[in-house]
Amino acid sequence: MKVIEVKGLVKRYDDFTAVAGIDLAIEAGEIFALLGPNGAGKTTTVEILAGFRAPDSGTVSVLGFDPATKGDAGRAWRNRIGIVLQTASDAGSFKVREIVKHFSNFYANPRDVDQVIEAVGLTEKQNSLVLELSGGQRRRLDVALGIIGNPELLFLDEPTTGFDPEARRAFWSLIRDLKAGGTTILLTTHYLDEAEELADRVAVITAGKIIEVSTPALLGGRSTSKATVSWLGASGLESEESDNPTAVVTRLAAQFGGEIPELVITRPTLEDTYLKMIGGQHE
Amino acid sequence: MNKVPGTFKLGLLRGQMEIIQFTRQKEAVVFTIFFPVILLVIFGSVFKDTIAPGVTFSQYFVAGMIASGLVNTGFQNIAINIPLERDMGAIKRLRGTPLPITSYFIGKAISVLASMVAQVLILLIIGVAFFGLNLPSEPNKWLTFTWLLVLGSASSTALGVAFSSVPKNGRGASAIVSPVVIILQFFSGVFFVFTQLPGWMQQVAAIFPLKWLTQGMRSVFLPDTFAAQEVAKSWESGRTALILVVWLIVGLFLAVKTFRWENK
Repeated sequence: MKVIEVKGLVKRYDDFTAVAGIDLAIEAGEIFALLGPNGAGKTTTVEILAGFRAPDSGTVSVLGFDPATKGDAGRAWRNRIGIVLQTASDAGSFKVREIVKHFSNFYANPRDVDQVIEAVGLTEKQNSLVLELSGGQRRRLDVALGIIGNPELLFLDEPTTGFDPEARRAFWSLIRDLKAGGTTILLTTHYLDEAEELADRVAVITAGKIIEVSTPALLGGRSTSKATVSWLGASGLESEESDNPTAVVTRLAAQFGGEIPELVITRPTLEDTYLKMIGGQHE
Repeated sequence: MNKVPGTFKLGLLRGQMEIIQFTRQKEAVVFTIFFPVILLVIFGSVFKDTIAPGVTFSQYFVAGMIASGLVNTGFQNIAINIPLERDMGAIKRLRGTPLPITSYFIGKAISVLASMVAQVLILLIIGVAFFGLNLPSEPNKWLTFTWLLVLGSASSTALGVAFSSVPKNGRGASAIVSPVVIILQFFSGVFFVFTQLPGWMQQVAAIFPLKWLTQGMRSVFLPDTFAAQEVAKSWESGRTALILVVWLIVGLFLAVKTFRWENK
């Protein structure tokens, strides 16, 4: 079942085209990442899918509804969706548990408040005021408010910006748990490792257009691109690009009569592939 | 699937959160609740005359302070706070949930009413204790007082939400909203006896709700003999109710039509 289906989506702000005709099809239960530099159109796309903005053209279906014209179905539709937008600074004078509990009232089948607070790692902070939280803790509260309604579909817009490495790992594991529970997740990120770590499929978006949709492993023809074999030769470090690195190694092994000095075989990292794809637009 | 709580029940929960939020902002509490008291202390100490037989200026002034408290707490606070909430992303976050926008408005109105009740209690206690304020003894005057407070809170809230679309962002909101309220207070006879104001001022004021709220509050706190000194030689209770209802409807209409979840 397609949870999200988008065809020919266009959004303009005055004379700036933020989204220049994109197609998307996201299946139930998958984690789909929109990967691209800042200003590529990721947030605009998410805000259209989440029903915050109307597109200029194109068709959008999210859980079977057009988010722009959901009409009377609005509440029932919102009941099935969780949204974590980019940085907010609201709710400062509420306590963590208080605000999570309050939001749980909005939904028909909310998750357990304590379990959600536990899942985002804020149990020890549950009686602290929101304005006393660190940036990372605040972001985790955003996620708690996004998932308290037990959504079928979760939008995460740049969820881990400003996290330290440990917090990111913990967050990733939370997202995997949500996926295991059957939640479909649309994630935007400009962190490659995040897309590689979490996503079943990745769409690379730049200048409002999707230039490729693939699994992280296959992105940009990465798995079939040439490997680089490098070693310490007579005249210093030498290297050779090849489709058949094993043959190169066998040849070198014969040449050196055994161990090849400082042998390294590499394939392009996701970052190399990505930077090549977006043509050096990465910030 | 459980039933999603109803719009009004969610409105009550919103009201509870608005009140919690308000009480945790200590400066706001002190300013909003005690400002009318401070003004009463100043004006009550300066003007010790009676403005009619048996009517002290303090007695007249308390009616005006309660009426303008409704405008400060409803219209002014809300028209300033909503743009700030937009800046902070609070309204955008709520809009992403199944919470009906009506519940959000109900929550605002409840917090205004709660704050008004607190303000009025403190003002009346201080007034009776230190400024010789006489409280009405007739039950029907308290009935008038109750509907004025409820209808005043509701229309003031609705107009505050409607006006919150005017400021572009939270920083500029206060500068745009406050002068409107101050001018309205002078025109509506809060600080001066209304009938002593120039005629054109009285006519301008008669368009807006504050004049009617102050007149309504005078009908509660001043003896009925004073009604003869009003512009229409009567309290005009029916007309007051009608005008407040009209403003409530206009406010609700504009609030729903112009409400934005983020600043421009």
